[in-house]
Amino acid sequence: MATEDQTAIESLDPRIGRAHLSGGNHEDMTGLLHFQTYEVFHQNKRGAQHKHVGIVHAPNSDMALLYAKEQFARREQTANIWVAPSSCIAATEYADDDIFTTTPEKLYRNPATYKVMDRIQAFKERGMTPSDEA
Amino acid sequence: MYGNAYIDPNEKFSSEEETPELLAAFQARIDAGEKIEPQDWMPAMYRKQLIRMIEQHAHSEIIGSLPEGTWITRAPGFRRKLALMAKVQDEVGHAQLLYSAAETLGKSREDMMNDLITGKSKYSNIFNYPALTWADSAVIAWLVDAGAIVNQLANSKGSYGPYCRALERICYEESFHLKYGHDNVVHLATGTKKQREMVQAAMTRWWTPLMHFFGPSDKASVHSDTLMRWKVKMASNDAMRQQFMDMYIPKIWDLGLTLPDPLLKKNTETGLWDYTEPDWEEFKRVINGDGPCNAERLAVRRMAEENGKWVARAINNEEAEHVRPFA
Repeated sequence: MATEDQTAIESLDPRIGRAHLSGGNHEDMTGLLHFQTYEVFHQNKRGAQHKHVGIVHAPNSDMALLYAKEQFARREQTANIWVAPSSCIAATEYADDDIFTTTPEKLYRNPATYKVMDRIQAFKERGMTPSDEA
Repeated sequence: MYGNAYIDPNEKFSSEEETPELLAAFQARIDAGEKIEPQDWMPAMYRKQLIRMIEQHAHSEIIGSLPEGTWITRAPGFRRKLALMAKVQDEVGHAQLLYSAAETLGKSREDMMNDLITGKSKYSNIFNYPALTWADSAVIAWLVDAGAIVNQLANSKGSYGPYCRALERICYEESFHLKYGHDNVVHLATGTKKQREMVQAAMTRWWTPLMHFFGPSDKASVHSDTLMRWKVKMASNDAMRQQFMDMYIPKIWDLGLTLPDPLLKKNTETGLWDYTEPDWEEFKRVINGDGPCNAERLAVRRMAEENGKWVARAINNEEAEHVRPFA
């Protein structure tokens, strides 16, 4: 390890004392590996939906699962975890979010707009005769 | 982070012109309480300031685990060792969540790590002070985490989606740190004469760094007004310091402990705490590298990164069959 200041750091931590580290090294780190990211989906119990909870950095899916367990299953009850490379997720653009606008003419999809009870009531009150004979 | 938000760190952001129309639409979205997501257009200063903020926050988590980590082997009793290990693991996990959030703005985790180790980026000044005794470790877990929660709760209401989501998880996890720290302080403060002396000495040592924690009073500037309007900065340093004092000074006094500031009292007229300004020259000196532990913190981080390289290489080797544990 290249250092400018060769004086060993005196630490309160005996383990750091034994490592004989010295400070004052401002050189760039070399050979840092850049791992891809994986999206993590967490299921808290069998039968529940998997929910997206975040991402981890990993070189492959096995390691991504290991990191996902450490990062997102430390506390929560967990039944199952999925990971998928972030690059495999396709998404819509927020700029195009008007494609999701529910327009008023879609009322026919709304169950509350179907009202039959008052018509049944009226039908009974007039003696259940056909509408063209009333 | 979170749903195809990953941005290739090598990608250069086109400096799309910041027209008044784009800026107004951006501001309107924030005013309406909507979150900004990585794919959205954002002003260059918003991006730059958030990278700086989230990156520093991530570094603080990872460096902050060092003064406490040093006490794991010496924590009194098995239960405290387990709890402290869990807390330190949480802090490192928080760093990972935050690096991922910062990455969505276009700076790679590896570049951030390099900038931490070479001293190009900062981290919270408070971690440049040593945890001299077990009582220091208790005071850190209680009050430094309390300060962090004040700050993080404010920021979790900010405008950048990935940062807010990371902070929500972090705050949820840190509530245990606070309880654990309080428990340790109470144990010492209600204990023997020797224990009370230890915790009092630690409280006295940490008071100045705690007062430094939220930073000096904000200078009024167009820059900081803009950041407030964009919900990057959510509360002034003084407001957060006051909130912290309001919540914790009574709890400290309640244990019969004292704080080393004769002026400290709640002003009944203003409703704010009166206090002696801490030495801001010391703050500047320490943040610029001349603190008791700056060199050690970075040297340890560099050692961890250097010594861990073979692990990164091993798990990255597609040919290797027996390097992938599934715990």
